[in-house]
Amino acid sequence: MNRLVKILLGFLLVLSFTTTSYARDQIKIVGSSTVYPYATVVAEKFGKGGKFKTPVIESTGTGGGMKLFCAGVGANHPDITNASRAIKTKEKALCEKNGVAEIIEIVIGNDGISFAHSVNAPDADFTKEQLWRALASKVDIDGKLVENPYKNWSDIDASLPNKKIEILVAPPTSGTRDAWNSLVMVKGCTKTAKSLYDAEGKKAKKECAKIREDGYAVEAGENDTLIVQKLSSNPDAYGFFGYSYLVANKDKIKASSINGVQPSLEGIQDYSYPIARPLFFYVKKAHIGVIPGIKEFLKEFTSKKAMSNRGYLAEIGLVPLASDKYKVTRTAAVDLNTIKLK
Amino acid sequence: MTKEERLKKRHRAEKRFRFYGLTSIFVALLFVVILVQNIFSKGSSAFKKTVITTEVFFDQELLEIQNGASQEEIMEADFYDIMIENLIKAYPAKDRDEEDELLKLFSGDAEIEIKKAFLNDNNLIGKTITLDLTASDDIDQLHKGNYPRDLPEERRRISDFQLVIYDYFVENKKISKNFNNYFFNNGDSRDPELAGIGGALVGSFYSILICLLLAFPVAVLASIYLEEFAPKNKITDFIEININNLAAVPSIVYGLLALQILLATIQLPRSTPLVAGITLALMTLPRIIIPCRASLKAVPPSIREGALAVGASKFQSVFHHVVPLALPGTLSGTIIGLAQALGETAPLILIGMVAFVVDIPSSPVDPSSSLPVQVYLWSESAERGFVEKTSATIMMLLSFLIVMNFIAVYLRQKFEKRWN
Repeated sequence: MNRLVKILLGFLLVLSFTTTSYARDQIKIVGSSTVYPYATVVAEKFGKGGKFKTPVIESTGTGGGMKLFCAGVGANHPDITNASRAIKTKEKALCEKNGVAEIIEIVIGNDGISFAHSVNAPDADFTKEQLWRALASKVDIDGKLVENPYKNWSDIDASLPNKKIEILVAPPTSGTRDAWNSLVMVKGCTKTAKSLYDAEGKKAKKECAKIREDGYAVEAGENDTLIVQKLSSNPDAYGFFGYSYLVANKDKIKASSINGVQPSLEGIQDYSYPIARPLFFYVKKAHIGVIPGIKEFLKEFTSKKAMSNRGYLAEIGLVPLASDKYKVTRTAAVDLNTIKLK
Repeated sequence: MTKEERLKKRHRAEKRFRFYGLTSIFVALLFVVILVQNIFSKGSSAFKKTVITTEVFFDQELLEIQNGASQEEIMEADFYDIMIENLIKAYPAKDRDEEDELLKLFSGDAEIEIKKAFLNDNNLIGKTITLDLTASDDIDQLHKGNYPRDLPEERRRISDFQLVIYDYFVENKKISKNFNNYFFNNGDSRDPELAGIGGALVGSFYSILICLLLAFPVAVLASIYLEEFAPKNKITDFIEININNLAAVPSIVYGLLALQILLATIQLPRSTPLVAGITLALMTLPRIIIPCRASLKAVPPSIREGALAVGASKFQSVFHHVVPLALPGTLSGTIIGLAQALGETAPLILIGMVAFVVDIPSSPVDPSSSLPVQVYLWSESAERGFVEKTSATIMMLLSFLIVMNFIAVYLRQKFEKRWN
């Protein structure tokens, strides 16, 4: 019988855990998997500084992060959300509705998306329109929108290799895909196609970004490492992912040129490489002063040590901001300037 | 067909069947061997780390503390200059750029490692000691042979000059492999050479402990009641069917449930072993009840009747006789249920355990990760050094599962009574 009593006591003990209060003394960060590697490095350095606990960073994707971030104010909600695109109007409205009125926007740097293939494949050069034609679900041919008929690259343009189109694409939930859609699919979409969509009364931006589902574009999951593995084992396949993966896997994959430009640090920074985008994180101003360390974390993240050309974030593949943009970011982080929600 | 022919045919059929059976066993074993071989070949190198033997001279001019400084003073002191001054002496570098490349061969924790040496012996000022400093993951992977060096320079992470330094180190026996204490003591890190499963181990331990404390008593009481006391009617039949159904529910559904109830409604803290433990307990509960009931059922009725015959109450017959006899089966069922919970990832993703946690959790309400989640996180990292870490974590997880299953089998065989 004694044993039973002990077990019951243990059970009560666990229940009592749940009632103890848990004031948080650790920064909580959610959001984009693209920003995750950079945020974690900063968090680790920040934690090793010794004054504050290391922030906890959860990789939820940009959209998921915004949802959690905008859910409310208080220790149960995250302090910071990472994003691989700017906050959307809808998300701003959600934030405002839930009392998250003051948000600080920090641009941390640029991310270039590389369109890459195995090192064993010959070098390649594409235009955005060619990439769009290879991937879109519908393309315009002779002034009409038709289901994408291209099977080989050479069907799109005679100068391209006579090989089957095979592209590994990131899933719709990923920030990389978001950026790819807006930087390549929408930009590469021809005027004819856009006007045809407009004539049909459809939103051209949305329709242009639709990716074909006939087997030539293969959805490859959020795991960028896996894409690298698949590319290196199949010289005919192409895939796109963040610039940092290209740097880390130089021995296995190489990048195609876009409009004749190879991805490079400088090219992404001044956007002369065509597929580049800024990365962000957003801070809840109401939490500053309540959760210890947020101000200091912002300073560490935007310090020259982290963000400059020779900073430790550049070392792992983040492309630093040009100096005028850096000043804006630094000021926002130090003065805690909030953005307009409306 | 004659009698002999029929006999031969039947024998042939038997032979064929034996062959098929052996083939399937062989195929299954082959898969296991491939899996284990793959994991071991990738992961075993993670238990060693590459260290660079370096002479460190504690120059009074570069330190603002004296011999005999207190713990706090040393913790506060800046060892950055000492680190730089000593590390650049490891190889005769010509200019600033070469020095930078040399410094990159050491881990990000070199300063802390030097500080620790000073913490151990605070009379080192003016003295020189030799320290084994952890190497950066690039050198680590190169030294372990996981990274090819015969590639053209622009496709390598290590520059030609760094290779020259590396060869110099090898020649002078300054580079060696030590036991990787960081792998077991450290939390997660972005530097593969510093990353460890310490935090994940503690997180998994707390989760499983809470899961055990919640699931075991509830499961045992529920199965005793259902098996021994409950009347047989439509309601109990209905409950039984539902328990069996619950055991088959995909685990991610429990994650969604926890997200809705534990996180959104009760507002328990995200990413904590507490929530993970409760979620896993919900998931494991039916999976423990089923073997518990089976082992209670296996106790012959004569035991109960014997107890009742000598005047024991129903309660006494159950708790003094039936439960002790059913205990080995109950325990092994529980352990196997817990082993399943230990390897579970899907529900933990939903409750925010997929997080970068550096600090090792000190209580079940601190954010933490768990072993299978750590595998998932590292498998997504770009750095090459995480490949071996991922496999090594799988090895740890597998060995825990094997030990738990072994204990379950042992308990059953040692203590279970056979009724023939």
